[in-house]
Amino acid sequence: MVAVPAEVRPRGFAATERRDAWWVAPLLQGLMLAVFISYATWAALQNANYHWGGYLSPLYSPLITADWIPVPPSLLILLPPVLFRATCYYYRKAYYRSYFLDPPACAVGELRAGRYRGETAFPLVLQNLHRYLFYATFLYLPFLWSDVVHATRFGGSFGIGLGTLVILANTTALTFYSFSCHSARHLVGGGLDCFSRTAASRACHAAWKGASVLNARHMLFAWMSFFTVCSADLYVRLLASGVIHDVRLL
Amino acid sequence: MEAVLKIFRGDATSGAFRDYTVPLDEGMVVLDAVHWVQAHQASDLACRWNCKAGRCGSCSAEVNGKPRLMCMTRMDHFPPGEPITLAPMKAFPVLKDLVCDVSWNYSVNRRIPAFKPAPPEADGTWRMQQVDIDRVQEFRKCIECFLCQDVCHVLRDHDRKDSFAGPRFLVRLAGLEMHPLDVESRGAHLKEEAGIGFCNITKCCTEVCPESIHITDNAIIPLKERVVDEFYDPLRRLWRRLRGSA
Ligand code: SF4
Ligand code: SF4
Ligand code: FES
Ligand code: FES
Repeated sequence: MVAVPAEVRPRGFAATERRDAWWVAPLLQGLMLAVFISYATWAALQNANYHWGGYLSPLYSPLITADWIPVPPSLLILLPPVLFRATCYYYRKAYYRSYFLDPPACAVGELRAGRYRGETAFPLVLQNLHRYLFYATFLYLPFLWSDVVHATRFGGSFGIGLGTLVILANTTALTFYSFSCHSARHLVGGGLDCFSRTAASRACHAAWKGASVLNARHMLFAWMSFFTVCSADLYVRLLASGVIHDVRLL
Repeated sequence: MEAVLKIFRGDATSGAFRDYTVPLDEGMVVLDAVHWVQAHQASDLACRWNCKAGRCGSCSAEVNGKPRLMCMTRMDHFPPGEPITLAPMKAFPVLKDLVCDVSWNYSVNRRIPAFKPAPPEADGTWRMQQVDIDRVQEFRKCIECFLCQDVCHVLRDHDRKDSFAGPRFLVRLAGLEMHPLDVESRGAHLKEEAGIGFCNITKCCTEVCPESIHITDNAIIPLKERVVDEFYDPLRRLWRRLRGSA
């Protein structure tokens, strides 16, 4: 359907009447994602320096030490969390905009190759299974919290180092990220139409309200947790390779 | 102080941006400037408006490339001295100047399965609790300006009006689906006719909504999850099979 003459209002890639620097946000977002993804991939492939004293890198948690596995175990450990993020409603928005340029920004023309199918056809229709990756990564949280406890053990006695705080911050950020998930918000009560009918549905309403408060900040938790995962790995890695020394606070 | 408006003049077959110089007044909005042009320079300039208060949703247009209500966009929002571009919504066919044919939206609306209430209580009436209705009240704020439809790339760039109802109608569907008294099932409609899978949750609709409705987070994503419940979740499908309900 032709809405206006094309010679007056062009269509096609990057065509827009916007005057602001619309390309800055997708560019920065794409660069930040690329930096985090590259670092996490590099660190997961090292298969060394992920452990120092009671500190364990979150990229290697839960720790699997099996020599017979042909790939670095960290890659297997990371598969569910990676798919969880890849199918996350927030990250979808981020990479559809920054990498697929579909659209690059609002009211800005995009590359049009073939007939648009969105998330109705393979492979993107698989995004609909995001909730299963939520279930899978939910199982990681007890391990991550036990890593926090281990990070307070220094040669058999209790203590707190800068690394303890880094690992605690990361586990907290990952917990908030998981509980603010859109699928979680649906599963705890969002799927109900009537909240007031029974005691169970009233409990679901309370859970849904809580999930909604977190969900409104899902983007924040998504970035924070990606940052803390990479920072916690980097901190442990630098300690383990002897580049820096831990600061003992308590 | 003056401002230069570059206004699209024409229709679906031919047109051009023409310059109009307008004197500025304190508190002036873009719609005031358009009215000034109509009164002093181009009495044949076509534009839709009704309330001049952001309530009727008639004055939608694209100001400097962004979908906006002309009556809610102040002229002092723009840097002085720079011309302001004013164009009709790009996703719909232009009838004349700033006026589009938005009738496609009404045909989408007519196909949505209507509200179907549960049977009344014993005394012949229906009761709802405020906690049950809080969520859908957000969706009732919609003024049908169709700015979200205009900015949605599925309609604007890909022109999939054949398969996708657009964010405004997903908001309406959410209001019906989440209504505590409604018993109609709209899962198949959402998936097949409204084409919810075409939305790739890139949130431009939410960015432009003048009523600040959280279209993507509160309407579209929860509806996508309901469609998953009904059509994509393998365990739920198995469970329904075992119980003999599918
Ligand atoms: S979030 Fe979905 S409905 Fe809204 S503008 Fe983007 S693609 Fe369209
Ligand atoms: S949802 Fe918002 S942008 Fe869309 S038609 Fe309603 S008021 Fe306008
Ligand atoms: S983790 Fe982002 S929506 Fe589920
Ligand atoms: S004139 Fe009614 S919304 Fe602008």
